Amino acid sequence: MFNRDRWKEILEVLTKNWFRTVLTAFGVFWGILILIILLAAGKGLENGIRADFGDIATNTMFMWTRSTTKAYKGLPRGRRFNYKIQDVALIREQVPNLRFISPRNQLGGFRGGNNVVRGIKTGAFNIYGDYPEIINQDPMKITSGRFLNQLDIEQKRKIAVIGEGVRSSLYDLGEDPLGTYIKIQGVNFLVVGTYKKRSTDGDGEEVQKEIYIPFTAFSQAFNRADNVGWMAITANDGTSITQLKERIVGVVKEKHKIHPDDMRAIGYFDLYEQYNRVESLFGAMRVIAYFVGILVLLSGIIGVSNIMLIVVKERTKEIGIRRALGEDPWSIKKQILLESIFLTLISGMAGIVMGALFIYGINAILEMSGPVDMFLNPSVSLGVVSGSLLILITSGLLAGFIPAQSAIKVKPIDALRTE
Amino acid sequence: MPTMIEIKDLHKSYQMGSNALHVLKGLNFNVEEGELVAIMGSSGSGKSTLLNILGMLDVSDSGEYILDGVPIKNLNETKAAQYRNKFLGFIFQSFNLINYKTALENVALPLYYQGMGRKVRQEKALKYLEQVGLKEWSHHLPNELSGGQKQRVAIARAMVGEPKVLLADELTGALDSITSYEVMELLQKINDQGNTILVVTHEDDIAHMCKRIVHLRDGIIVKDEKIKQVRASEYVQ
Repeated sequence: MFNRDRWKEILEVLTKNWFRTVLTAFGVFWGILILIILLAAGKGLENGIRADFGDIATNTMFMWTRSTTKAYKGLPRGRRFNYKIQDVALIREQVPNLRFISPRNQLGGFRGGNNVVRGIKTGAFNIYGDYPEIINQDPMKITSGRFLNQLDIEQKRKIAVIGEGVRSSLYDLGEDPLGTYIKIQGVNFLVVGTYKKRSTDGDGEEVQKEIYIPFTAFSQAFNRADNVGWMAITANDGTSITQLKERIVGVVKEKHKIHPDDMRAIGYFDLYEQYNRVESLFGAMRVIAYFVGILVLLSGIIGVSNIMLIVVKERTKEIGIRRALGEDPWSIKKQILLESIFLTLISGMAGIVMGALFIYGINAILEMSGPVDMFLNPSVSLGVVSGSLLILITSGLLAGFIPAQSAIKVKPIDALRTE
Repeated sequence: MPTMIEIKDLHKSYQMGSNALHVLKGLNFNVEEGELVAIMGSSGSGKSTLLNILGMLDVSDSGEYILDGVPIKNLNETKAAQYRNKFLGFIFQSFNLINYKTALENVALPLYYQGMGRKVRQEKALKYLEQVGLKEWSHHLPNELSGGQKQRVAIARAMVGEPKVLLADELTGALDSITSYEVMELLQKINDQGNTILVVTHEDDIAHMCKRIVHLRDGIIVKDEKIKQVRASEYVQ
């Protein structure tokens, strides 16, 4: 295959009719360019939407309480109830394959009033009572100090991890918050760490304005006893939370004497289901991109096949001469196939390069004009590029196959007679 | 002298629509090593068909063909290509040089198909080009050469693989008489070195420059005679 004479001949044949070769190559070039651009656009949309999910562990459900809608076991409808801290152990015991179960309590919230004071500065923030595992479900970067740990829980330490947004509104520029105290609803907490979350979309500002304190300290300081506001539950990798949620809900229903058919007493949000819905949308988008791209590419391939047929026709006599001189038919077939693959591959690679430049340009424009909603960093992976190269080689083979076959179908004697 | 070509009861017919055209009707003849044989006949006598069968470009319907002791039958295309490459050299009326390759590359082609290395191949090709007196023209394309020069390149190409038999199909058909004689002189020289050559022609003077003439008419040999060879050099100044 890496034979100097063979490649010399391929180049000679393809450059003999420059204009025709370029026109043919354009079909393949165009096809692969469209494929790359479609895939990149799909990826851009995917990246944009995926960014909205942030770093949150996606195999997660959130569960809170509402009032019952059915009377059960002598209890009236419309009853309000609370999850208890003991529920966590119960769920863990009865439902396997759960990775994290984080009970949470919360102060503040949307448009909450000022609840944190430091010296003469005040601010309204979301205060969470949490277990250390929450950092795995809602990832954040600890920018100084540390996050909560198990000892904090056991000893009910009054400490706080604050967001960069909290820091900038309660502290002066350059001031070190570690070791200082902030007063949350009248109770002093020692700041032991600061965090920053990867912010991507509209509430980027909001997620930096949170304060994390140990769950036990929260319960004691703000009189929650053993009540739990809501839970974030993550399943093990390989198990979807969507399959497990019915059982989890069943466990808490039984515990809290709720009618098994009461669909409204337990509120929950299945992040994984939402995520999957979007995932399948991406899947569909990729299928469409490949479908359209490959169809466009196909018309280019047919062009190559067509030209190769003409080339073979033009060279019938030459092929006859070569066979009379004793060239193996398979060698002739290989020659035609290589010409076809070479042409397809060269023009395809030009298309890939052009597509890459195009994506680069789009990214540069996006960068200059700032982020666009639901569209981020359109790109194609190395996998896609090598995939398209594979497609090109295959299609080059396909394009050359019929012409190569017709090249050796003609008997040498008939080929020699052609003028 | 050992027998180079042996032909026994060779038949060939072509299907032309509903009726068959019987072209060769049972040919028998032998060619010995070192012979220079002219096959003569008017058009339609079957001489080209005979040459194509001898050249393994076509197959006979029945009969035997033995080339240097090797029976030629039931060849697939790959095998036929190998035999052609190893045993035969072709010279065509229309030269049949590949027009985007230089004279040297054209001559080297059969060696390339043998799988010979580039360097050896070119050296050998150059040697044969020198023999036909075209060493200085080795890097010219065919369309930069005259008809006689083209035919001499073709002869070098036919010779380069050191075949057992050279087959020439109307090799002077496209040349004027002086050039024809020059080419024939070259062919005679090659024959003098002991090469077996078969020439198909319908020109009397060309046929008489051979050592034996086989006359073909309507698919049968009507006359097979040894003649006194006319040296082409007598005509060439």
